[in-house]
Amino acid sequence: MPANTAITPSTLSQRDLPWQIDWDIHTCTLCGRCTAVCPVNAIEFGTFRKRTLFTPPLGLSDNRSQGLQHKPSSSSSIYYGIRQRTDPAYACIGCAMCNMVCPNNAIRPLKSESTDLLRFHRDRGGQPRTRGGRRNSDDSVLDQIKFMRISMLTDPALDAGRHEFELRTLIGRVLPPAEALKTQREKGWMPPVREIYPLMIGSMSFGALSPNMWEGLQMGVAYLNEELGMPVRMCTGEGGCPPRLLRSRFMKYVILQIASGYFGWDEIVHAIPHMKEDPCAVEIKYGQGAKPGDGGLLQWHKVNQLIAAIRGVPPGVSLPSPPTHQTKYSIEEAVAKMIQSMSMAWGFRVPVYPKISASSTSLAVLNNLTRNPYAAGLAIDGEDGGTGAAYNVSMNHMGHPIASNLRDCYLNLVKLGKQNELPIIAGGGTGKNGNLAANAAALIMLGASAVQIGKYVMQAASGCLGSEGDRCNICNIGRCPKGITSQDPRLYRRLDPEQVAERVVDMYVGFDTELKKIVAPLGRSTSLPIGMSDALGIADRSAAERLQIKYVV
Amino acid sequence: MCRLFSLTSSVPISPMRAIEALDVMKEGHDGSGIGLFLTDLAGPFQDSKHLPILSGIFTQSGVLRMEEFMSSQGFTPQYRLTLAPQDTPPPGTPKREVYLSQVFEPPSAWNGLAQEEREVLLTKTRLALRHMGQAEEDMVVFSFWPDVLMIKEVGDPMEIGRYLGLDREEVYAGRILAQGRQNTNYGINLYACHPFFIQGVSTMTNGENTAFVPIKEYLGSQGVPGYEGYQSDSEVFTHILHFTLKGLGLSLEAYKHVITPLQDDDMHAHPDRDVLYTMKQACRRLIIDGPNCVIGCLPDKTMFMVQDRKKLRPGIVGGRPGLFAFSSEACGLDAAIPERDKTKDFQPMHLDTAIVSPDCQEVRICRQTQPLPHLH
Repeated sequence: MPANTAITPSTLSQRDLPWQIDWDIHTCTLCGRCTAVCPVNAIEFGTFRKRTLFTPPLGLSDNRSQGLQHKPSSSSSIYYGIRQRTDPAYACIGCAMCNMVCPNNAIRPLKSESTDLLRFHRDRGGQPRTRGGRRNSDDSVLDQIKFMRISMLTDPALDAGRHEFELRTLIGRVLPPAEALKTQREKGWMPPVREIYPLMIGSMSFGALSPNMWEGLQMGVAYLNEELGMPVRMCTGEGGCPPRLLRSRFMKYVILQIASGYFGWDEIVHAIPHMKEDPCAVEIKYGQGAKPGDGGLLQWHKVNQLIAAIRGVPPGVSLPSPPTHQTKYSIEEAVAKMIQSMSMAWGFRVPVYPKISASSTSLAVLNNLTRNPYAAGLAIDGEDGGTGAAYNVSMNHMGHPIASNLRDCYLNLVKLGKQNELPIIAGGGTGKNGNLAANAAALIMLGASAVQIGKYVMQAASGCLGSEGDRCNICNIGRCPKGITSQDPRLYRRLDPEQVAERVVDMYVGFDTELKKIVAPLGRSTSLPIGMSDALGIADRSAAERLQIKYVV
Repeated sequence: MCRLFSLTSSVPISPMRAIEALDVMKEGHDGSGIGLFLTDLAGPFQDSKHLPILSGIFTQSGVLRMEEFMSSQGFTPQYRLTLAPQDTPPPGTPKREVYLSQVFEPPSAWNGLAQEEREVLLTKTRLALRHMGQAEEDMVVFSFWPDVLMIKEVGDPMEIGRYLGLDREEVYAGRILAQGRQNTNYGINLYACHPFFIQGVSTMTNGENTAFVPIKEYLGSQGVPGYEGYQSDSEVFTHILHFTLKGLGLSLEAYKHVITPLQDDDMHAHPDRDVLYTMKQACRRLIIDGPNCVIGCLPDKTMFMVQDRKKLRPGIVGGRPGLFAFSSEACGLDAAIPERDKTKDFQPMHLDTAIVSPDCQEVRICRQTQPLPHLH
């Protein structure tokens, strides 16, 4: 830094940033690809002046040696290279796109080993940090859970590769056995129930995701259903649904979400008479694990003409959904009336269930739902869930872990004898460290009927660069360097929908094999082992006690 | 792995016949226990067929407490059969004070009650005694039901049979379920011994039910008296059968559809697919995950065998008109009914329920892919 540069309170050194750019002058070709690709302009082309000193060598045997005859001299030269900016607004996010595009591997971001100082300066203009992503903590109780009830001598473990497995689950209100048979006999109204694959793609809106990403996911889901016979379902999130999809036969693979902003529902309601197929279900969002008590948020950067048209809003304005459904007085009323209204819209043929943030109030909601004959389930999203945009403080400090919340809710249903009647869909942090099948199986055995994933599918199917180490996390401003969460065609054309679809299929088929590798040794194949808590163990006494599973060391 | 053997006969026979068959199959069990379910009783019990019989093991003080309790409830004691052997018990068998089978006349207040109400009261009485016995460890109660005797003990089946003198005519029965126990993952507890019993329904199983915990949690939360205990993972089979018959009003043919529902292709092709699909969804928490072979007897004395979906457990049924046996192994069947036509032996597979009706004339095979009998 030049000596005459003004130093302000927010002047930071490169060392104060969370990510430092390591650039190698010897291999850099100065092609400029890294500076062009950087989504936050953290690096720029730099012209560097370098002074070189020349001191003539001393001769030892000759008095007339040069050193005594010539004074040392200096000269300056110029070289070009890459400069990392230290202004907090342009801090490197560690996405490593520079490295990805570099032909010579000459540049890469390195994570600082010490605590950065940038965090104290991310509120310029009084605007606290907002970002996309996750909680940025790699703690995971789910990762610690082991499956330890392996069938050994008394009963043979099953062959995961060759045995038949029935691993589907039910979403929808299931009547108690005697009532179900009576209703069936008397041809009464049977609540709609869908038999689906237990790993669902959770709600990520058209708007939060780019068109290419959304199309890729939809194509992948359609392929899984129609070619591989895996009834995978995907939730739209709050952002409506493209009109062609609404009127297509693929609608049956889609769960429509309605949230407090009601974005896109004008289009959906008008499409109902033209729908060839009913949607799989309707999810009413009351909360989200990543930012509980906060509404959805699509920042203006991403509200282009297409998104605005689908959502029924003007372009270029931020779209914050209120934290609650404004037209309703209380959550009980909201839940009851909205479930009924949504059910009525499709002639009571479509399961309707609410989604809430995991919270110490989850049990109250659940108890309400058990007495509501139209409630088709409850989706609970834990604190490790992801989001496209939220305040940093909400993401890092608000919320409830999914494991104990799910367990409490399941055991409450067991107490009521309704564990088969009201499915719990769990989400939030499943596979956050890459252990998708193990985490999903643990949630199922703790009592979940199905598991929702979001971030994992973004990482696995489209190469999202986010990690639990605060990497990238700029989904909110539409500059996703992979084109996953951007609405800028120059960015999202980087993402080929066909390839996303292929990866979705690979991911699901791989998951299916791993899930079988977990349930087969437990001797389970005839039904999904929901609530099979005797299979679970953990080397943490308090966690074991809390989750009512075995303590194993 | 336990060994199972059952007999259904048109004339009363000695329970030792079943125990001898278990002895032939001894390679398959470690002689750690025997359980007997006897119904369609002959001898002195025949005269009081409609009166409940209490079966269990008691200490002398337990007998007194039981008598006091039963008297306080208005029961009048009738015929009593006690087995109180004076010999030293065989190795591994504890010395008990009284093996008791006691007929009771229910209180007169029960006279106007409907059959279902009486059944619930009988169950509640048995449970009350069971809980009393568990608190003081002075009684173990297996059944309290008309025309049903149950005996369970730890030790080698053959030796226990001789020790208790089970070849006596008082315990001759037309239907006998017998299990030779292989102690596995649950401690030797008489309540963990098969066969299990609830309201005339009895079953025994070999194999392990890996879906035990969710099923137990479901049954235990349905508010049905008697859905408790679960010292063995196999007890749920009895309760699921009871739930199918009494809770849902379905027939035995539906049991297999509850515990191992049909899968997609077979389901779509089934003429009763709508009702079966409803059952599959509504009874999802009762789906078992074996391998298991279940043998049981219904209140109307029908006897049956089913296998789970994996069909990894042995099981064979055969016999002649008037006498049929369900056995874990063919050698057990050979020992009990050597004169039968072996070409008619049948080993039920993953879709089958093998049924011998009370008339004891033939083995009927009900495949899950067949239409259900009409519900009424």
